[in-house]
Formats: sequence, C-alpha cells, structure tokens
Amino acid sequence: MKHLLSVDDLSATQIHELLELTDHMVEVSSRPIPKVPALRGKNVVSLFFEDSTRTRTSFDTAAKRLSADTMNFAVASSSVNKGESLRDTIETISAMGVDAFVVRHKSSGAPQMITRWTNASIVNAGDGWHQHPTQALLDCYTIRTGLNRRDSFDGLRIAIVGDIKHSRVARSDVQAFTMLGAHVTLVGPPTLLPPSLDGWPVEVSHDLDALLPHLDVLYLLRVQRERMDDALLPSMHEYSSMYGLDQRRAAMLAPHALVMHPGPMNRGVEMVIDPADLPGSQILHQVANGVAVRMAVLFTLLGSGSDLKGDAS
Amino acid sequence: MGHTAEGRIVLSADDVRRALTRIAHEIVERNHGLDGVVLVGLQRGGVWIAHALADILAGIDAATPVPVGAIDVSFHRDDVGLRPIVPGSVTDIPDTLDGRTVVLTDDVLFTGRTVRAALEALNDYGRPRAVQLAVIVDRGHRELPIRPDFVGKNLPTSRDETVTATADGVTLR
Amino acid sequence: MSRVVITGGTVVDQSGSRAGDVAIEDGRIVEVGTGLSGDRVLDATGCIVSPGFVDLHVHLREPGKEEAETIETGSRAAALGGFTAVVAMPNTDPAQDSVAVVEFVRQQGRRAGLCEVLPSGCITIGRNGDALAPFGELAAAGVHLFTDDGNGVQDPQLMRHALEYAGPLGIVLAQHCEVAALTKGAVMHEGSCCSRLGLPGWPALAEELMLFRDIELVRLTGVPMHFLHLSTARSVELVRRAKADGLPVTAEATPHHFTLTDEMLDTYDAVYKVNPPLRTRADIDALKAGLADGTIDAIATDHAPHAPHTKEAPLDQAPPGMLGLETAFALANTELDLPIERVLAVLSWQPAAIAGVADRHGRPVQVGEPANLAVIDPSHEWTVEPTRLASKSRNTPYAGRVVRGKVRHTIFGGEPVVVDGNATR
Repeated sequence: MKHLLSVDDLSATQIHELLELTDHMVEVSSRPIPKVPALRGKNVVSLFFEDSTRTRTSFDTAAKRLSADTMNFAVASSSVNKGESLRDTIETISAMGVDAFVVRHKSSGAPQMITRWTNASIVNAGDGWHQHPTQALLDCYTIRTGLNRRDSFDGLRIAIVGDIKHSRVARSDVQAFTMLGAHVTLVGPPTLLPPSLDGWPVEVSHDLDALLPHLDVLYLLRVQRERMDDALLPSMHEYSSMYGLDQRRAAMLAPHALVMHPGPMNRGVEMVIDPADLPGSQILHQVANGVAVRMAVLFTLLGSGSDLKGDAS
Repeated sequence: MGHTAEGRIVLSADDVRRALTRIAHEIVERNHGLDGVVLVGLQRGGVWIAHALADILAGIDAATPVPVGAIDVSFHRDDVGLRPIVPGSVTDIPDTLDGRTVVLTDDVLFTGRTVRAALEALNDYGRPRAVQLAVIVDRGHRELPIRPDFVGKNLPTSRDETVTATADGVTLR
Repeated sequence: MSRVVITGGTVVDQSGSRAGDVAIEDGRIVEVGTGLSGDRVLDATGCIVSPGFVDLHVHLREPGKEEAETIETGSRAAALGGFTAVVAMPNTDPAQDSVAVVEFVRQQGRRAGLCEVLPSGCITIGRNGDALAPFGELAAAGVHLFTDDGNGVQDPQLMRHALEYAGPLGIVLAQHCEVAALTKGAVMHEGSCCSRLGLPGWPALAEELMLFRDIELVRLTGVPMHFLHLSTARSVELVRRAKADGLPVTAEATPHHFTLTDEMLDTYDAVYKVNPPLRTRADIDALKAGLADGTIDAIATDHAPHAPHTKEAPLDQAPPGMLGLETAFALANTELDLPIERVLAVLSWQPAAIAGVADRHGRPVQVGEPANLAVIDPSHEWTVEPTRLASKSRNTPYAGRVVRGKVRHTIFGGEPVVVDGNATR
C-alpha cells in the first residue's frame, strides 16, 4: 500500500489489519518509553493547507513515536499564499527528501493530485468534503474496543447525524462502517444531505428520536454556522432542537450505546448535553486512538514492507 | 529417528520435554533460585517455551512464581522496509523490568538479529539487572555477537535449511 | 493565377455525394469534374471534399489571455480541424463590447489568414449583466451573434429588452444558459458522482430554467435566439418542443458533451472541468438523438484554451474549459452514428447559416462558389497528443485517445492553409 487517500482504496481485510496493528501501537504508546525505531531515518512532512492543530499534532506524535523525523508546514502563512502553485510547493519540498506527506487541503481531490508530483507516500488528512480516512479508522477502532467487536460490525446499528453533505468524515465513516458490516442510517435535514445517495449503502431518516433507543453508536457531526448563511438551515437553534443531543435524547439511548464526535464540538448545537455527563461518550478515546491509528498507518506505508516480495516474518 | 513430510526429525517431543526440564534446572542453578526472574517469550516462536518453562519451574519451586510475558519485536527489527513485516500478538510485559533478571526464550537461534531487536525492545520496559537467553536449538550462522545461556541442542545446519522447533519436536528440512 | 486542384476525392455537400476533382482559381471553384489538373495538386484519395466547417463557439483569448491562446494559434488549430470560419466569443479582456475591440479581433484574424474570424459581441457591457451593449454599432460593424458567454444573462427584464431591441437589427442573441444562483461554487454535474467525490454540483435545472425562460421570451417577442452548448436531456426536449411550436430557435452541442460523462472527474483532473459540466450517459444519448433529428442544429466546440499550470490546480481553483477544434471532426465522425452528410451538415452549412455567413461558408461545392473547403479522411486513425496540437494550450480531455477521422487539407479563400495535415503558415 503506497498511499492512503480514501477509505474506498481499502478492503475490509486491510481495515482489519490496520486495526490489529493499532493494538500494537496502543501497547507501544503505553510503554514507559513510548517509542520504537521502526521508521528511523524516514522523513514525514505535514502539509496542512487548512488549519487543524489537533490532527496535525496527532500525526506528528504518531510519526515521532515510530522514530521518524518530522517537518510541519502550516501553509496558510507560507509561500503558497504568495502565489506558489500547489505543484511547485510539493516538488520543492520533495526535493529535500520526503518519505511521506500528510496532507490536509480544503479542495477535494488535492491529495490525489499530489501523488502525480512526488514519489513520496501520501496520507490524506482530510480533503475538502471528500475523505478523512484516518478519522474513519480511528472511529472503527474506537467502536471495536468500545463495543468489543474485534471481528466484524455485523448487526451494529450506527446513526450519523448532521451535515453529511459537507462532511468528509461522514463519507469516510459510511464506507468504513458498512465495509465492516454495520448498518448505517444518515440523519439530518434534507438540505444537509448530498444531492444523490445513489450507491450509498445507507438508510436515511429525519426522525432522530425514533432511532435512538435502537442505536449501538450515535455519531454526531459538527454543524457550522455558515450553513445558515447559505440558506441551508433557518437557525442553529432549530437544528439543535430537532437533532441536537440534549438530556432528553441522551436518556433515550441504550445503556451500552456509544456517543462519538470527530471534534471540534459546537456546544449547544449538535452537542447540548455536556459529554462529561455522558457515560457512553467516546470523544476522548477517539483522540487517544487517533495517535495509535496514525502510527499503524504510517508503519504500514513506510515500514511494513507490505509491497515487497519475500517471506513475511 | 525418522523423516516426516516436513523433514528429518532431530528431536522428538520427549527429547524437547527433557531439554526444557534440564534448562529449567539450569535457570534455577544459574540464578541461585528464582527471585526476580521473569520469563519473556519472543513472538512468535518463543512464547510457548516461556509458558512451558514457567510450568516446569512451578514444579521445582512453587513458592516463587515466575511471571511470564511475551514481546513482539517487529518495530525494532533492523530490516524494516526490506522485507514484509507482519507483527504477531501484542507485546505483554507483566511488570516493569527494572532490576529483574529476564530470561528471553526463543525456539531457534540463527543470525541473532531477532534477539538483538528484543534486547533493544526490552529497554523500553525498564532496566533489567540481567538478560539471559534460552533456546531450544542453536543452529549457528551468527551475524552478531549474541550467544545463548541455555541451549536445548546445538544443531549444525546449512544456511538454506529450515529448522522448526515446537513442543512436538524439532525437524530439519 | 495559380490553379489548385483537389484530386481523387468524393465531394459531399448539401446536394449529395459524387466522385469528383475540384479546381480552384482566384478564391473560387472554377471546375468540378474528373481527371482535372492544375499548378498545385492536393491528393484527396479516400477523402471527402466538403464545404469547410464553421465553429459557432470558440475562445481565442486575444485580447487579454494571450498566454493561453492567440487569434493566430487558435486560427491555426481551427484550420487543422477543417474550420474555415469561427465565431470568436466575446469574453476577452477588454470584452468584445465595442467596435474598437471587435475590429481588432477581426484584423488579427485577417493577419493570421488561416480562417475567417467572426467576432461576436456581448449582450451587456463588460458582460456585467447590467447595461445593454451597443448592438446597433456592433451590427453595423458586421457582428451577427451576440452573447455574454461565460455567463448567462441573469435578469429576465434585461433579457427581454435585449431581445426587443435586437429585433429589427437582424442579429441573433445567443445564451449560455446558467442560473448563477443555483451553481455557486459548482465544479461538476450535480448527481451521484459529485456526491461521492465530495464536490459542489451544477444541477441540470440551472441550465433548463434559463432555457425555458428564454424560449418563452422568444415566444413573447418573436425574436430569434441561439442556445449555446446544450448539455442536458431536458434541454434537448425543451428545444424540440419550441421548434415544434414554430419558434425561431437554434441550438448547438459540443463534442465533449456528447462523448464524456461526469465519471471522468473521478480522477479529480481539472482537464475535465467545464461549464456546463460533463453529465450522464442519459444526457449523452439525448444530445446524440437531438443531433440526429435536427433538434440540435450544429456542433460547436466551445474551444477553451487555458495555460497548463492553471489546469494543474485543485478543481475548485482551476478554470473551466477544454480544447476542441482539432478533435471535433474525429469525434463527430465516430461517436454520432450518423451518415456523413448529416455530420457535415452540423459541422458546416447549418452553423454557417446561424453565424450569418452562409453566403461564403458552408456553400455547395459547385462552380462559382467561394472556395472554403475541408478535405477530410474519415478512416485516418490518429492518437491525440496534447503537445502536438497547434493550440498554445494542452487542455484536451482526449489525450492519448486513438480517434478516427482527420483533416487532410483545408482551403480558405482559395488558398490551401492546411496541406497533408500541416498548416502552411
């Protein structure tokens, strides 16, 4: 596997392998010295054309725990804004010797384009509305450990609630969860659903309350205030009353149900109740699992020799 | 001794059991008892040995239980990126290794690189007082200055032969 | 004067098909027969001798974006594509909304001498959609087609006034149908593909809504209109019904719209980004049916060169548009499943009529007619290589594709401007 651009580049088997590998990485991270030399001498460069301290440091920590060298470019302020094209930026930095780029960009498809301009492996850390594969993997890992489902998600009922249309997390999660066998329902106002759900293995509902008692996982997406300006939503208040997780709705969840959110949260909008009061909240686990999952991804791309011939050992 | 489809039988299951018993006694002798001794099996071939030795040691000295762990060294190998690596089960070290005597167990000692990786990995769990190595078979062809403390059998081999050591016996192909 | 003879070909024009040599002198056809000779012989064995093609929709980029194309390089591409006349779109910088700019464009075309460049005019000043351009002045300066192409005219009141004003002038207003409010930020067709790829979509309705509006304005005012680059099945149906109602409307379609679907965007390659966008197989089938039954009068390429580095940007930043002049005939030849006469009709004499140049382009291949001809080999297979196209830009969506049908010679005003597949100037 050379790149991780999209969940649909992966098979269910590959997802399982990455999750198994994540168990190892969790163990490594729990050692007194949480560091292994596996990617020593490798150069992992983060190119974040869109701000995200959280995801960037997660990848950075992951790379460092594998002993890789890292460089971080928060490109909002760099030469790209002075008119240097994306291609020139990539080619220039690649010339310094890069083994992997971790790229976040506001344009869907940017990481895929980048593969044309460098020999390095590309990890998509989020492109536009399109995909956020490591988020989907860490979400799967969180569900795997939270519900103790190591083999498959067959029969699990998962609802993803919110602005699906503009969400790369939703697109990646739908693919990953269904590939592992889960049943996924998308919930939200019709204006926040994609124009066509042809080929999406999901159901759609606009009645969150009816679903809640039957869910194993409630996955909340962030709803941005800009959606009001685009006449997609009348108000945050209305969204919150129809789809927000408040005390009343939290009480309707089954005791074992997990509540998840990719962060950052809009408190008072999709998350009304304080997650600290939610026993099923996995939000902090998601963050912790993020580092281990990203270690597994980086190791698979740069260290596991998985595209080499020879006997595995 | 005979041949099987898997090759020439060098040690039978009984031979292996006798060797393990002898090794267990050697461990007790060498360490003047079992105080502070920890058995750590190398993934994947050495884990069953650590458990087998722990059982035998319990029979020798029931008063001093010996903790057993397993260590996966995939991320410490020196051939990362040169050949496919698929990790075994997750590393499980029961306690800190500070001041302990670690007896590393493996099935076959060959080039010594896996043991070197294990020595490095063990460092992440503390600073052992000593690390000793127990193997069923030493087949020669060392590429690093590594030597076993406890050996079931010394078995001269050629490089292209394969040695398999399990509780059911040792075969050479 | 030198006599040019085209030998060994089959003449095909609006009156039918017949074997024959064609002799040209002084810019006119002087003889059509067999066994003709002359000072300069162009071999047309295995070829069809057709009236030259007319492209109603070409972006020559000059003045303003000469790094992408110039009138000269665009004319050369046109000639290589068999076109003896092209209508130059007015979204230049400055826009073609004044006689000075229009004259400049025409002059540049004459200087290049490879085909006739027919500047179109804007409907509104600067294509701003606010104030009418000086139709009268521009018409007097010879401009026949007017459009704000690149954008549609959003204001229905203004469009109504434009049509009413244009009426007595004998000009034709042409619309790029796109309701801008429905296409904000869009980079590709709105459908299942854009949903999967996470890209904002351009709904078919955005084109159909304006088309419907303008058809009704034509009904109200009685003034003819031409509709640019139809791209949806419903658009074809709307035009079909309008024509059945006897309304004076004409329409064109581009080769990329009848050959490529929105699935090409899976690669996120901006070479496939175009306005209106590539759509679905059902839309392709409807466009082909429209070309077959006469609903769509012409193939027009919407040749839209863009400097290579601009097309390497992510989809939301890259400009829309594709090259088309040099591949149009091959695609019409193989993808439409139509008899050759019908293919030539939509490439040549029908667009000539819409462009108002039917007196000199798309003429029958007969003695006395002006010699604007395309000699085409419908069985010549070739591979589309972007670096070998005459255009200054490289943004063809057919790179690497093997296509069948090539222009061997082009005669413009009696002069061979393309001989054996190469431009002579």
